[in-house]
Amino acid sequence: MSANDRSRDIGAFSAAPDDDMIVCRCEEVTKGEIRRAIYDGMFNVREVRRFLRCGMGLCQGQTCAKLVKAIIARELGISQGELEDAAGRAPARPIEMRIFASERGRDE
Amino acid sequence: MSNVSDVIIIGAGIIGNATAYFLTKKGLKVTVLEKSEYIGNGGSSRNGGGVRQSGRHPAELPLVMYGVKNYWPTLSEELGTDIEYYQEGNLRLGKTPEHIKTLEGLTNSAVSGGLDVRMIDYSEAKEICPYLSEEVIGASWCPTDGHANPLLATLAYYRAARRNGARFISGAEVTEIRKIAGRARRVITTEDSFEADTIILTAGIESNRILETVGLHVPMNPALLECLVTEDSPPLFYQMLGTAMADFYGHQSKHGSFVFGGTTGFEPYTSLGKSPPATSSSAPGTCRGIMKYFPVLKDLKIVRSWAGWMDDCMDHIPVIDAPEEVPGLVIGCGFSGHGFGISPTAAAILSQLAVGENTVLDISKFKYDRFKVRT
Ligand SMILES: Cc1cc2nc3c(=O)[nH]c(=O)nc-3n(C[C@H](O)[C@H](O)[C@H](O)COP(=O)(O)OP(=O)(O)OC[C@H]3O[C@@H](n4cnc5c(N)ncnc54)[C@H](O)[C@@H]3O)c2cc1C
Repeated sequence: MSANDRSRDIGAFSAAPDDDMIVCRCEEVTKGEIRRAIYDGMFNVREVRRFLRCGMGLCQGQTCAKLVKAIIARELGISQGELEDAAGRAPARPIEMRIFASERGRDE
Repeated sequence: MSNVSDVIIIGAGIIGNATAYFLTKKGLKVTVLEKSEYIGNGGSSRNGGGVRQSGRHPAELPLVMYGVKNYWPTLSEELGTDIEYYQEGNLRLGKTPEHIKTLEGLTNSAVSGGLDVRMIDYSEAKEICPYLSEEVIGASWCPTDGHANPLLATLAYYRAARRNGARFISGAEVTEIRKIAGRARRVITTEDSFEADTIILTAGIESNRILETVGLHVPMNPALLECLVTEDSPPLFYQMLGTAMADFYGHQSKHGSFVFGGTTGFEPYTSLGKSPPATSSSAPGTCRGIMKYFPVLKDLKIVRSWAGWMDDCMDHIPVIDAPEEVPGLVIGCGFSGHGFGISPTAAAILSQLAVGENTVLDISKFKYDRFKVRT
């Protein structure tokens, strides 16, 4: 892990013609919102996700994760390999509360 | 870029970020050093979002009451980010006479601290929140409690402080504080070294490793807390919820999803590793707790669960102090699982300690040297 100075100059935000494109379909987050968040200091997938909810919907980022990563890498001028994916968490698929609650055969 | 600033803050959780924000508003040059690759990746992005006054330790109550009055209602505007603050009250629910006794104890303590909280019966509780189970017999009700989105609040403070000129460096693990001429002044990371007139330590549960390099130690232990989030649902209710038994707590978020947390009894039996491990038994237990009070939610899908460490202090309240033992050092740690709600006030006070101003509230209960041996 190396130091990442969040005050380094990445230039100024400028609007792009495809900023209205929806990147995260579950949460309806656009490319422009993601690009803007990067200029607000969100320099990696996890921060962008926490700030905008992209990748936090029902599919948990299965559709948009790669796209979000590519946008961040491009704006920061780094390779995608330098960016880690957001962490995957249990449950693997959305599961009803009543079913999740009855692990170990408990039924209350 | 020069590594000398007026203040260095160690740890970019909500406490560190908010302190950075207050200090930049005072016109100071601030550097924030964060060990993780991610800003706010500790407890601050993992908590349940409760901005609660009821149920708080009597010493801590004035801090959170001050924040609910002076900071939370205007924080979104102040920071330029909607942090999703809802002030719709807190219902702490009971099902048995023993539960009610517990709730009455908490209520009496809060009332003597000047908080508007009272006991209500089932029908009044049902009027406030129509989705309650009929097994509930009573509740405590604090109308000014609420909740906010911790992910957004933590990053909004970061964003605003950064805009004001604070220099944040992530991936910068502090290993040591060094004194120069008797004052804490130099901060060493694994790759670099920094200097400032004042050093503020807000590194959560990991603060002790750094404190030990200047001969200090706060009696606190890690405890593992876990949360879960559901799919989104049409708006049902926006109160903060809890129970006398603490078998679950939570709220519906602006997005429509419900965020819940719970306890298992295994919390203190954890050890610090790279990241806090979510266990397989916590979230299901929380679900059982929720359904006992809100059967209406039983078909809602759980989307995600996670864990975080809290820095549980011996007396369960934080250290907020500029200890005499080490001039130039200010400590803000040991928030014991309730640091989100008091973060704006705690950070305001830390920023005042850093510049030698009088603090807005009395902090004698939070002094570093309050811990005494038994004999
Ligand atoms: C699951 C859970 C639920 C909770 N629910 C609530 C709630 O409902 N309401 C409430 O008020 N509170 C709640 N809390 C507590 C609250 O989250 C914390 O008290 C608060 O976030 C503490 O903020 P902090 O900035 O002190 O710590 P953290 O957010 O932990 O920040 C400390 C930072 O210091 C960094 N750091 C550590 N070591 C070093 C080093 N050597 N060098 C540089 N940086 C370092 C860490 O990486 C971290 O980013 C909950 C906590 C958890 C875990």
